[in-house]
Amino acid sequence: MKELTIEAAVENIEVVTDFVSAELEQMDCPIKAQTQIAIAIDELFGNIAKYAYSPEVGRATVRIDFEENPLAVILTFIDNGKPFNPLEHADPDTHIAAQDRPQGGLGIFLVKKTMDMVEYEYQNGQNILRLKKNL
Amino acid sequence: MNIKKKKDGTTLTVTISGRIDTATAPEVDTFVSGNLDGITSLVLDFADVNYVSSAGLRVLLSLQKKMMKQGEMKLIHVNEAVNDVFEVTGFDEILTFETI
Repeated sequence: MKELTIEAAVENIEVVTDFVSAELEQMDCPIKAQTQIAIAIDELFGNIAKYAYSPEVGRATVRIDFEENPLAVILTFIDNGKPFNPLEHADPDTHIAAQDRPQGGLGIFLVKKTMDMVEYEYQNGQNILRLKKNL
Repeated sequence: MNIKKKKDGTTLTVTISGRIDTATAPEVDTFVSGNLDGITSLVLDFADVNYVSSAGLRVLLSLQKKMMKQGEMKLIHVNEAVNDVFEVTGFDEILTFETI
């Protein structure tokens, strides 16, 4: 298990992505899964950076674990910001014409579609979002 | 992320390389939106785009809506990783793609 605790800021999304990618590369993670995980980090850490502590700033922890047989990566995002369960939001309708499409709602949907498990809990004042991707 | 443009009459070709994500999408939006005056054809060259997150999708949707009022927009050289994101989110039905 490795983890990184860092200021939840948009500029740090890349730092988190590089931290996770370095671990994934050691496990010979396929490029497709790496890309999907990078997108998930952008969505989830990006949400924390923009909303969890707004207008204040705070820190977030990203933890990476691996499971064996079958090989899977578990990523956990932890922040002490406002309670927010992204899984509560209804999935967007993906068959609406461009002019009628509302902005937003796609990020968490994309994560749910590309990861094998996404779960949320609020515990001891912390938002804990855990996702799993089979490799 | 790098971005460059080429204007040919009323056609604007924008070549983007790198990630279009939370950090870079606002820059793409500002750059492209600021160059659309008099443009009837917007071509986005995605050959070197590694991936697009929802922040990038929002920009594409916004550009698509603008171009529907003044002409057309199309994407060229979209790779598989980016295409997967379009398919999952239904953007493959909204956007126009050209294979060259």
